[in-house]
Amino acid sequence: MSNNNLPTWEVFIQPKTGASFEHAGNVHASDKEMALQNARELYTRRQEGTCIWVVKTEDIVSSNPEDQQSFFDPADDKLYRYPTFFKVSKKAKGL
Amino acid sequence: MSKELLFKYVLTLGDDALILGQRLSQWVYKGPFLEEDIALSNISLDMFGRANLFLEYAASLKGSTTTADDLAFKRNEREFSNHILCEQPNGNFANTMARQFFLDAFYKLFFEKLAESEDEQLSAIAQKSIKETTYHFRHSSKWVIRLGDGTAESHEKMQSAIDNLWMFTDELFEMNEVDNNMLTQKIGVDCLTIKAKWDQIIDEVLSEATLKRPENIHMTSGGREGIHTEHLGHLLSDMQYLQRAYPDAEW
Amino acid sequence: MGHFLPSNHSSKANTLTMSAVQETAFQEKIDAELKIEAKDWMPDKYRLHLIRQISQHAHSEVIGMQPEGNWITRAPSLRSKMVLIAKVQDEAGHGLYLYSATETLGITRSELIEQLQMGKAKYSSIFNYPTLTWADMGAIGWLVDGAAIVNQQSLRRTSYGPYSRAMIRICKEESFHQRQGYEIMSKMSNGTTEQQEMAQDALNRWWWPSLMMFGPADSESAHTSNAMKWKIKRGTNDDLRQLFIDRTVKQAELIGLEIPDPDLKWNPKTKHYDFGEIDWEEFWEVVNGNGFCNKERINNHIKARSEGQWVREAALAYSEKKQNGV
Repeated sequence: MSNNNLPTWEVFIQPKTGASFEHAGNVHASDKEMALQNARELYTRRQEGTCIWVVKTEDIVSSNPEDQQSFFDPADDKLYRYPTFFKVSKKAKGL
Repeated sequence: MSKELLFKYVLTLGDDALILGQRLSQWVYKGPFLEEDIALSNISLDMFGRANLFLEYAASLKGSTTTADDLAFKRNEREFSNHILCEQPNGNFANTMARQFFLDAFYKLFFEKLAESEDEQLSAIAQKSIKETTYHFRHSSKWVIRLGDGTAESHEKMQSAIDNLWMFTDELFEMNEVDNNMLTQKIGVDCLTIKAKWDQIIDEVLSEATLKRPENIHMTSGGREGIHTEHLGHLLSDMQYLQRAYPDAEW
Repeated sequence: MGHFLPSNHSSKANTLTMSAVQETAFQEKIDAELKIEAKDWMPDKYRLHLIRQISQHAHSEVIGMQPEGNWITRAPSLRSKMVLIAKVQDEAGHGLYLYSATETLGITRSELIEQLQMGKAKYSSIFNYPTLTWADMGAIGWLVDGAAIVNQQSLRRTSYGPYSRAMIRICKEESFHQRQGYEIMSKMSNGTTEQQEMAQDALNRWWWPSLMMFGPADSESAHTSNAMKWKIKRGTNDDLRQLFIDRTVKQAELIGLEIPDPDLKWNPKTKHYDFGEIDWEEFWEVVNGNGFCNKERINNHIKARSEGQWVREAALAYSEKKQNGV
């Protein structure tokens, strides 16, 4: 069959300097340099980026949906992590 | 007189970009995979953008009402002065990459020099072109290496592409009357001085690609004087069809 | 902890009761307008529907490169040539965004391409019509992309996250396509007699196939009900078709072209245009492979793919050598 596949890479684009990188989608490529070039051709045709990351799809580890409660719910009773938890006199400036 | 020579000089630069862009655009939807299809279209677009700049400049030197489109679509084979290498058919992917690699290496060096031209327009176009060509060279040289050092089949195809196109490479460095005049005026580039550097780049890449540099090949030239391979006529009759069939129409 | 993407196609391991509970939770999520992501539980039928719909959409973008690619080398000016290349290039890009979204459902691009080449997967029938004159580049941009945009804008709100994100990206890029087509049409309809004739002829040939792009009437459509319940589709075929017609009629009037439908008439009661009967027999003929260019389009695709095989093999071989330090 003539349909051999090149490996997939996930592409992350930094839209402008100082911004966080955002996941854009994938590209197929046989090596790192090709992955970077293909990502540039595909995801930045309209100057959408200042920097690109590519990483092999198989190398990304993800939490599972069934882990959602055990991963994220324990944070919901820790209000002391937010500034609004603390009562401070309105006269105190710069806090 | 000098304006006429400058026109000819600029025209070759425009014709090279135009004809190469046209060749690359023939790859659309035929690439080895979709990502590469997009890459080839991008290079083609860069070439047409460059052709447009050079031909607009050439048209302005010609005066009257000549436009870049007139120069692209209303001249005959004998009036085109592109290097013969640019018009060579796409062949397989190795042929296209070999052609691109030879030209990218040449133009990378050429535009670095042309950027120093005392002609402001040429210098400005050259500076823009350096950025594009640097990227094109990375793309084509890497493919020459991948294919040269890939499988036995790809190695053989890449080597034969290099061998078959080699005969057109000397023409890139020939200096004719126009070139010499432009050089004297500090407008044009001394191609003889970039030849050594070109050889070095080619050798480095070919060696990494486990490919052999061709030897004892008879060199062909004539494009600058309008003597082309027969391929150009077909390329033009396709490209110029609408403009020729409906000369009064605007598109 | 697990992989970035699901590794299998289905959730067969689930017991029946388990999946009933999950299915209820799934539907509640959809009803609350929450997006489904790649690793979330989803009914097999939802997954299969998505694979079919998104890949059909991707294949349409990719096969759609051919009728326009047919005119790239003959584009009549440097400007129109660059615009057309950029447009066809976008189509390759959009195909890739959509293949990428489909791949999050646990199927590879090669499998999808195989389905296309073996005729198991469809693509939009519109691309089985031939492009005969330069005016066809105008008609495709104006009508075919115009119809596609109506559909795509509605799909930005689709329930599957990766598909929705691809659609948002595509809609942003697609906006120039329709203008490009309309510009060609309006230049030609204001041009020489020959150009005007070409423009009208192109509209005559592309109008009805464009209306067919929205698919069969709602009363006939096999997939609409589940797709609406799961919010994969966000507008019905008939509604979207009507939206397209209402928009397009005025655009045609503005450049002096006549829409080839004697029954087309503004209906002040419905505030929509009434239009004539669509030839569904023709539609099904083309869907079932008997259109003008069906065979050629697929053969071209197979040819390009098989001619690229040695290139892909070489790239993989080279990469393996480098990883092994050869």
